[in-house]
Amino acid sequence: MTKTLEIKDLHVAIGGKEILKGVDLTLRQGEIHALMGPNGSGKSTLSYALMGHPSYEVLAGTAELDGENILELEADERAKKGLFLAFQYPTAIPGVTVANFLRHAVTNVRTPDRKEGEDLMPMREFRKELRETMEELGVDGEFARRYLNEGFSGGEKKRAEVLQLAMLRPAFAILDETDSGLDIDAVRLVSEGVNKVAARAGTGVLVITHYQRILNYIKPQFVHILFGGRIVENGGNELVDKLEREGYDWVREKYPDAAVDEDELERRALAESKFAF
Amino acid sequence: MRFGFSSRPLDFDEYRLLRNQLNSQTTGRFERIRRNPERRANMSVDLSAQVEGIKDEYKYGFRDSDADYSFKSGKGLSRRLVEQISEMKGEPDWMRQFRLKALEVFQQKPTPTWGGDLSALNYDDIHYYMKAADRQGKTWDDVPADIKRTFDKLGIPEAERKFLAGVGAQYESEVVYHSLREDLQKKGVIFVDTDTAVREYPDLVREYFATIIPIHDNKFAALNSAVWSGGSFVYIPAGVKVDIPLQAYFRINTENMGQFERTLIIVEEGAQVHYVEGCTAPIYTSESLHSAVVEIVVKKGGRCRYTTIQNWANNIYNLVTKRAVAHEDALMEWVDGNLGSRLTMKYPAVYLVGEGARGEILSIAFAGKGQHQDAGGKVVHAAPNTSSRIISKSISKNGGRASYRGLLKVADGAHGSKSNVVCDALILDSASRSDTYPYIEIDEDDVKIGHEASVSKIGEEQLFYLMSRGLSEAEASTLIVSGFIEPLVKELPMEYAVEMNKLIQLQMEGSVG
Repeated sequence: MTKTLEIKDLHVAIGGKEILKGVDLTLRQGEIHALMGPNGSGKSTLSYALMGHPSYEVLAGTAELDGENILELEADERAKKGLFLAFQYPTAIPGVTVANFLRHAVTNVRTPDRKEGEDLMPMREFRKELRETMEELGVDGEFARRYLNEGFSGGEKKRAEVLQLAMLRPAFAILDETDSGLDIDAVRLVSEGVNKVAARAGTGVLVITHYQRILNYIKPQFVHILFGGRIVENGGNELVDKLEREGYDWVREKYPDAAVDEDELERRALAESKFAF
Repeated sequence: MRFGFSSRPLDFDEYRLLRNQLNSQTTGRFERIRRNPERRANMSVDLSAQVEGIKDEYKYGFRDSDADYSFKSGKGLSRRLVEQISEMKGEPDWMRQFRLKALEVFQQKPTPTWGGDLSALNYDDIHYYMKAADRQGKTWDDVPADIKRTFDKLGIPEAERKFLAGVGAQYESEVVYHSLREDLQKKGVIFVDTDTAVREYPDLVREYFATIIPIHDNKFAALNSAVWSGGSFVYIPAGVKVDIPLQAYFRINTENMGQFERTLIIVEEGAQVHYVEGCTAPIYTSESLHSAVVEIVVKKGGRCRYTTIQNWANNIYNLVTKRAVAHEDALMEWVDGNLGSRLTMKYPAVYLVGEGARGEILSIAFAGKGQHQDAGGKVVHAAPNTSSRIISKSISKNGGRASYRGLLKVADGAHGSKSNVVCDALILDSASRSDTYPYIEIDEDDVKIGHEASVSKIGEEQLFYLMSRGLSEAEASTLIVSGFIEPLVKELPMEYAVEMNKLIQLQMEGSVG
């Protein structure tokens, strides 16, 4: 049965400041969508809000996964419903191996009714599946024994995210700037992994990016432009080409109200990045 | 001075600042912003269940109500009692005199006011000596049935069969069971309780007894010296390597009991041993006292590892003095896990007295509700080219307090010495507390000293990352905590590592797994 993820009029604030100002977007399983937008347009806010980060406050709107509004749920419950977020900056968990972490994750996601403290997926079965998946994705076997994201290169972090995606087989996956910080070979490698995994599990994918290059490898059927905290354009691959050729000036001219909001968001993003350095 | 700091040590003011910051921090993981008030209410229910849980779930809290005592002293301490203990044990006069002198020192020394709060400890409300069995068993069948049942529940005979070279089991004041693998006996290894050692190996005992930790060392060492009973005596002859661990198990069963075991380990040249101790007690409303003394000598080229998994019930004052002397090219390692007790004050020490000697102290402390773990380590570099490493990891939760207290001393002339101290603290909620008291005294120029301290709270981003993969908040926290102590747990033998992880899970989950 094909599931849908339907986002309606989503308004999200962080630190009391409204970033998303009414986002509407519908994904079906098996579809690949690209969400493009300039820096600060609210792309990452959308991914964090959908996954349930506690710092992101939903002011209004709904996100229904198969008819149920997931915005009321904790992040772990959303994961169990079949939502996955590939992080732009995955967090290191020192002392916890990739294999140990994944065994917990896989067990929880596949047996959502399991009570805490009950047995994890049998070790032998899990190891076999992990080994096969790693081979398929061309990930070195040593990877499983390393501490999660600790000391990983940028490319290794993204491949670890794809490995998790492959093991968790979600109904919907959001890839948040998965191409950032990768050279072109790494982008290709990661993209091939995503394509393989998504095709097999029938995952609906939302690729968030502000570059075209990842979309050369993960071909979207639907393209959306997020600008000033709302989706202003919906289309197909021609939108990618147009943005590549002309940038966002035409979007700015066509949607002057959104441009005002976008300018403010970009100023804010710039100020924050300065602060971070 | 030429310091090879891997990171600059904090000076006193910085430490004070850090401490103050920690104490004033008010945002904890349980105060995360939650959108849904209904869930928030559920959360607080979960939390209070957890808080309750910690105490209820101490799984070693059972007691044997009908244990039959062949001797039980009245409460309180007197010259007469000390004489009586010595008499009952049939000790030589030197030991009797030693005890009496120690009693005087104990009575003269004030109770320490640093470290933890000892004001509620009432010396007159304690049974100082209790004997549950008339004789010691060589097989478990010799042990009185009710006591054997207790050790069965604790899994000791099973562990012995599976992976130990020798076992000593102490119940209240006396060791009720002792065994050592036959091939080791033939090689001259001695592993007996210390009372037996005084009788059977008087010269060996007298040569080393109280030479590492003299009576005057501190009030509790003096107390132990006066009323000591039980503990292990281990002697490893030159060149003998004991490949699998010897274990001692200490059990307090009675309310207001004081347990004062005394352990002496001698590792001769080129010999090797791993000694493990475990401790539990039932839960009573009033306090019991555990005050041990452990002395270790590691001779030239010898190696000794001493592992403690202390999991006392939360009403035990655990005030222990542990010290080792490492001679030329010897290695002494303390692996110290402190999970239970009301207050633990324990700082395993290594004196590096021979050139090239090495000392390592790995310490994990977990402070839950109503607990204060004041733990750490002490290393004295007294010879050239000696090296040491102290790694301390503490976790505090539900209002618990974990302190690291450490001394690093390099004496004049201990040139070419190296030391590295790392203390990491993890604080799980805003009610809990962590402090660091590192003392460093360097009287030699040619040394390399590194000191790093870190304090972290379970990060919101770490929790979110794990939860986004389907782990519940509790499960995610447990995983983060077990990762935090992983560098230490992996130093433990497999069986203990598994046990340690189980204990941590129990402390974290607040539900029986």
